Amino acid sequence: MNETVTTSAWARFLETFFRPDLIEQYSGAIAKGVIVTCQVAGLVVVTGIAVGLALAMIRAYRIKPVNFLIIVYVDVLRSLPPLVLIVLTYFGLPALGSTLSGFVVLWLVLSMVLAAFAEEIFWAGILSVRKGQWDAARSTGFSFTQALAWVVVPQAIRLTVAPLTNRTIAITKNTALGMVIGVPEILNEASTAQSFSGSATPLMMGAIAYILLFIPIVVAGRWIETRFAWRRS
Amino acid sequence: MDRDAVRVAAELMNEIYLSFFNFEIMREALPLLLRGLVVTAKLCVAVIPLGIIGGLVLAVMSQSNSRSLRIAVVVFVDLFRAIPPLVLLILIYSGLPFAGIDISPFAAVCVGFMLNNSAYYAEIYRAGIESVDRGQTEAARSTGMSSAQTMSYVVLPQATRNVLPDLLSNTIEVVKLTSIASVVALQELLYAADMARSLTYNASPIVLAAAIYLLILWPVVRLLSMMEHRVGN
Amino acid sequence: MSESRADTDANPILEARGLGKSFGATKVLHEINFRVFPRELVFIVGPSGSGKSTMLRCFNRLEEPSCGAVFVDGVNLMGKGVNINQMRQRIGMVFQQFNLYPHLSAEGNITLALRKVQGKSKSAARAAAQRCLELVGLADRANARPNELSGGQQQRVAIARALALEPKVMLFDEPTSALDPELVGSVLQVMRNLRDEGMTMVVVSHEIRFAREAADRVVFVCDGAILEEGTPEEIFSTPKHPRTREFVAEIAR
Repeated sequence: MNETVTTSAWARFLETFFRPDLIEQYSGAIAKGVIVTCQVAGLVVVTGIAVGLALAMIRAYRIKPVNFLIIVYVDVLRSLPPLVLIVLTYFGLPALGSTLSGFVVLWLVLSMVLAAFAEEIFWAGILSVRKGQWDAARSTGFSFTQALAWVVVPQAIRLTVAPLTNRTIAITKNTALGMVIGVPEILNEASTAQSFSGSATPLMMGAIAYILLFIPIVVAGRWIETRFAWRRS
Repeated sequence: MDRDAVRVAAELMNEIYLSFFNFEIMREALPLLLRGLVVTAKLCVAVIPLGIIGGLVLAVMSQSNSRSLRIAVVVFVDLFRAIPPLVLLILIYSGLPFAGIDISPFAAVCVGFMLNNSAYYAEIYRAGIESVDRGQTEAARSTGMSSAQTMSYVVLPQATRNVLPDLLSNTIEVVKLTSIASVVALQELLYAADMARSLTYNASPIVLAAAIYLLILWPVVRLLSMMEHRVGN
Repeated sequence: MSESRADTDANPILEARGLGKSFGATKVLHEINFRVFPRELVFIVGPSGSGKSTMLRCFNRLEEPSCGAVFVDGVNLMGKGVNINQMRQRIGMVFQQFNLYPHLSAEGNITLALRKVQGKSKSAARAAAQRCLELVGLADRANARPNELSGGQQQRVAIARALALEPKVMLFDEPTSALDPELVGSVLQVMRNLRDEGMTMVVVSHEIRFAREAADRVVFVCDGAILEEGTPEEIFSTPKHPRTREFVAEIAR
């Protein structure tokens, strides 16, 4: 009696999440979603880290009013859930007359959030470079900017690789939030397919697409962490 | 020419005020938002302790002598760090009913979050445990303490102390993550705010929700920032 | 020169038979046979990398021997069904890096095992800790954290921590190598006192003067094997094995 119960539960599981005909039908749609997800994620990583590094370097000049603005910006963006920012931007901006596509809003918001976290990480890295390094660089004639760019930041970066990788992975996974504002990324495609087909199989396909996409990145992140171990003493 | 610019600026400011900071609408929406906040709080209280405990258990298991256990932990952790939380949530929330499993929305959300969180907490604790000098374990074992006693009384206290900033940082992330539950119609803070938005065609309720998140999280973010910079120095 | 107080008629407190250890393909210890009698102070010397520390750590199975057996108080540590945690209470170990618990006070470091392993009550544990701290001359620093103590003081607390469990034999793994020279004396004095009280001790160390004055027997280990053993006189003044002579000549420099 138990045998038939378990096999039927297993069969029901497969039927719900792994229907072969639906898998075939929707692979194309999911694949298109993968491309969009990759595009957004790639753009977010590049702009987010670049802006974060720029902000941290600006902070090194210790110009009080500018630093105040940077700190406010960073604090606010680290305290707010990304989804709140996405919804606010997407549904709020039209009232001001500008219409940005979901894709652009997603990229903009996630970049700004990543920039905020990246700035904190780079700043901590810059702070932890010994003062002696500044002394040595300045004493050989480097200007402040040159010392910052060629001596301090390269050392700071080594310490930032691990936390930055972790944070970047976490934020790029937020591309799934694009579904809420109609960006045709993986989850959106999967969800639409689910409504049309009345089955959870496309959802599982979407989940697997994410896993296949991100597991290599997570594993690479783990490897990077061991190579550049950031030790808190 | 100047007067035109000022007029345009003033109009823009007015637009921004009306669309984003409409206090009338905010006042009307506040009760609804507060009810949502209660659900958010319930979610946090359910998910955070269980996530921390789950993560701790996983981290201790990752130090076990059994290779298969260690591999199982790595697979679990990498899997649930690779799946975007929203995808996991939708999969559990929408998918399980298809498989015939009946589960309340709140419970579905809780399970999804716990799976995701414990993976992150596990990584943090694992780093903490590995940051404790091996000599500590040797000293404790040499006085006849068992592995379990050594872990409980010597390693874990030091490990937790070492990764306190990371634990705090992740907990902040969990609180922000609750906003995702709005996508599966769990009536937490963002859901309430978005509902108010669609009723009033005005983004002010969302700004109010953002303000509430800021009120709760910004002090903790600031505290975390100070902790991180002290360590970095 | 010390008078041997060792009780060589009794059974050895610690005995290794055919003890071998390999790390992967590298054989670090070659079938060591070693015995320590009650009240003996045995010094283990040898060039660095000779396997002295590994040998010591095999004695309480902090390193798992690849082959052979270790007997403590007649019990084979490698035997099936042996409760290694219980056996380790009979063996005290003092480490080169002290390894004090930074999150506990000096007293806390000592009482932890007394409470958790031996099940003593808080008051009994504290009394025992006080006694041990008195023995090492640090009774007034019971509440100090390790980072408030000098290296020598930390090592003395570490000795007290090992002593508190009332072991039958104490193993010292280069106890003074990590100390500034002026702090070494205080630790050696404690070790002298322990010896005078009759503790059985096995010491891996480079403190040759201490060996000459306090050791009953010196063992010379080289390339994972015991090449020669004898009284301090024999080993340091009249070594027989060429390798021993080489070593003694080096350290005299």
